[in-house]
Amino acid sequence: MTDISMGGSAPKSSLTTVDARTRKRNAAEKRFRAYGLTAIAIGLLFLIVLAVSIIRSGVPAFTQTEVHIDFTITQEQFDDAESQMLKTSAYQKLFIAALQSQLEDRGLEVSFDPAAIERLLGKTGGTIREYYRENPDQIGTPVRFELAASSRVDGYFKGRVSRDTVVDSRFLMVSDLDLVDALHDVGIITQAFNWNFITGSDTGVDNPGGAGIGVSVIGSFFMMLVVLVLSLPIGVAASIYLEEFAPQNWFTDLIEVNISNLAAVPSIVFGILGLAVFIQFMHLPQSAPLVGGLVLTLMTLPTIIISTRASLKAVPPSIREAALGVGASKMQTVFHHVLPLAAPGILTGTIIGLAQALGETAPLLLIGMVGFIARAYPEGVVSGFVDPNSAMPAQIYTWAARADAGFYEKAWGGIIILLIFLLTMNIIAIILRRRFERRW
Amino acid sequence: MPLLWLFLIVLAIAAGAYVLARVRVLAMAGENRRALHSLPVYYGSNAAMKSGVPALLVLAVWLVAQPLVIDTIASGHIPDSAIAETTSRGLVMAEVRRTADGIDMAIASGELSETAARDPQADIEDLSARLSDAGAILTSEITPPVFRAAQELRALSAVGTQAMTIIVVLIALFGALWALRETKPDFRARNVVEQGVRGLLIAAASIAILTTLGIVLSLVFNTVEFFRLYPASEFFFGTNWAPSFSGRGGASDLGIVPLLWGTFYISLVALIVAVPIGLFAAIYLSEYASPKVRAVAKPLLEVLAGIPTIVYGLFALLTVGPLLMRVFGDEGLGWMQAGTAVMTAGLVMGIMLIPFVSSLSDDIINAVPQALRDGSYGLGATQSETIRQVVLPAALPGIVGAILLAASRAIGETMIVVLGAGAAARLSLNPFDAMTTVTAKIVSQLTGDSDFASPEALVAFALGMTLFVITLGLNVFALYIVRKYREQYE
Repeated sequence: MTDISMGGSAPKSSLTTVDARTRKRNAAEKRFRAYGLTAIAIGLLFLIVLAVSIIRSGVPAFTQTEVHIDFTITQEQFDDAESQMLKTSAYQKLFIAALQSQLEDRGLEVSFDPAAIERLLGKTGGTIREYYRENPDQIGTPVRFELAASSRVDGYFKGRVSRDTVVDSRFLMVSDLDLVDALHDVGIITQAFNWNFITGSDTGVDNPGGAGIGVSVIGSFFMMLVVLVLSLPIGVAASIYLEEFAPQNWFTDLIEVNISNLAAVPSIVFGILGLAVFIQFMHLPQSAPLVGGLVLTLMTLPTIIISTRASLKAVPPSIREAALGVGASKMQTVFHHVLPLAAPGILTGTIIGLAQALGETAPLLLIGMVGFIARAYPEGVVSGFVDPNSAMPAQIYTWAARADAGFYEKAWGGIIILLIFLLTMNIIAIILRRRFERRW
Repeated sequence: MPLLWLFLIVLAIAAGAYVLARVRVLAMAGENRRALHSLPVYYGSNAAMKSGVPALLVLAVWLVAQPLVIDTIASGHIPDSAIAETTSRGLVMAEVRRTADGIDMAIASGELSETAARDPQADIEDLSARLSDAGAILTSEITPPVFRAAQELRALSAVGTQAMTIIVVLIALFGALWALRETKPDFRARNVVEQGVRGLLIAAASIAILTTLGIVLSLVFNTVEFFRLYPASEFFFGTNWAPSFSGRGGASDLGIVPLLWGTFYISLVALIVAVPIGLFAAIYLSEYASPKVRAVAKPLLEVLAGIPTIVYGLFALLTVGPLLMRVFGDEGLGWMQAGTAVMTAGLVMGIMLIPFVSSLSDDIINAVPQALRDGSYGLGATQSETIRQVVLPAALPGIVGAILLAASRAIGETMIVVLGAGAAARLSLNPFDAMTTVTAKIVSQLTGDSDFASPEALVAFALGMTLFVITLGLNVFALYIVRKYREQYE
């Protein structure tokens, strides 16, 4: 027998009124929830800040300040200029005279010295001379020149340079800005979309205005081609072996351990591998997209193998059994039935792996894809693989490492282009997955 | 483009063998497919495989081996006396290779005729002039032994390439003939082809082992080379990092301690940022969030993981650095000298690691069985008490594993620290000082102009080795913790 003591006294607390202890516990509950929400909010805030700063700093790279000048040259002036000793400066003089007369036509009286024009536009004589030497038939007819303004003038319009921060130098005088404003008012200086940034090549350290990312996009393209051609077949073959054929033994275990370790090795170590094996040992050309592609292939393989194995595993065993049942060999089962069914998943994984490889920078630094200027498009397919080139992330790094702040804008702009590529690849992967993924 | 042609010729032979074997076996069976052991495709594939695969394999091995063999032979032509005190055989051989490349360039541009390049009595001064006219880059004057070795190198590689072409084509033809000979209706073609494909699959899977082997060997050999030039004890215990770029060796202090300190300090700051945010985000997403919130917030957080690190590096250098300068710099609190600092890099790296921690923890928390929670609720615990006292302890080993993996990521991260952490190696406690890390120094030592044989460049491999060992150790340790302490439910 047990005695259940029935308390004679009234209950200390009631369910209808909240006592202090419950209040404390509820408050703790609310606080805890708030911490979680705050954490997510902070994470998303970081994302927004990142996106805003990329867009705000990168969009100006896509516009450019241009000077439009209608310019006519007569045959005599052309002959005269060609006969002089300093040919380009003769053109420069003609150009400045034309500019002055155009300003006067519009009733604008600004005094400026020829040196100011040179500061605003750089040496324009050479450009003009080249144009007329290539198109002699244009002599005598008015031609509209669209000349890129110097990087500081460009910066003035984009807010990078302001009247307060300008210090008189041989690059820009404060007084020049009056001229710039006047030219802007009459529509000679305008802002235009900068196609050169998307299609152009890198320039030297002294000309941020003319730098473009086009050549390094091609470099990245050739690199991705190497990665795709090598890592997809090798990755799929390795996954098929491990998932469908490998016996349970030490060799299989060794491969598995290696793959999972390689997936966690820092990317810079792959750069060291590329430098030591491909460049020092095999003497492959430095800075070539081929070598970059090889290094990135080794880096992407574990990712592709892991995702391919997951999609092979997702194919139900009944498919295999049915194929084996009607007399297919093991190999035929895998290649005729399992692989086609796993293909969408494999493709999705490969695209995501490629996107990862496209944004990878550190290994490329070690195999020499920075530090030189990618000036020219490759001449052909073979030269695209073996001639030195840059890649998008390496080009962005090169720009970020240069001293001139004008290049920072280019680096942000390059990031926008890189992210557009990554976004497109990821969206394609998501669409593929939505469209073709089968749930069994 | 002889290499591409050779490749195409082998492919053409393989394709021809495919067609011939198929036609042959069908003819032998009198167009009666049922008399064949395998489908006709397999007879063709067997022939293509036997002619193509060995030939391409030999081609690949030859391409790797030929420069090595030729280098050794050509190197034998340089007497020890020709190698000056200040240099090494490897450097002289690099010069020989450059000279040989220069001669090739000169011939291609028409500056030099093939016979003149082979003339052993050639006038060396005249030759150097022609080479530089052709745009070849030669660092020093060509000496007679170097020139002889370069001539030898060219002659040998010409012979080697010819031999390679002949042998590879012969192997392909021989393989094709062999396969055609054995092509009879009762030949078990499918089994043979499937064996071959299986071999290829195994070879593909072995690439993972080869990669690891390549990493380990390239790190070990160069690290050993480095320790021959620089004492290991000074490397591991030296507290000063000051590589010299002018002299070769001697003057440099290459102590790893300041670099390790910078690495760990930055990683610590990153983890202090990432772990609480990532963990609380994971708890909220898995325990509190409605499916709708989860469907939006989880992918958005994971976007942070998909952004390339160069973007974070630029973000640190150009946005976060100046921002911190405004608060902690000379105009604010005066703790910070420049925008690049431990805090800048650590903060940005923390942002990068948030989704890493949150995704892994989310999976682990979700794996805790619902029965544990229900039991706790049944005893009257609130949701937060359940999480703190039941779910988190159950998930702890996994969470620790996730944090260790994040730490290994932070230690191996390169671009953020290259751009955001500064370049000065310093032992300091102030998180607003510029410091540098192992990865950043690997980049700066290997992208400079110093040659690969100097301790200043080789130290990068020793640093890489350290990095590899640390990250590998962390990963293995993380897996061990997860395996050992994982609660087995059901």
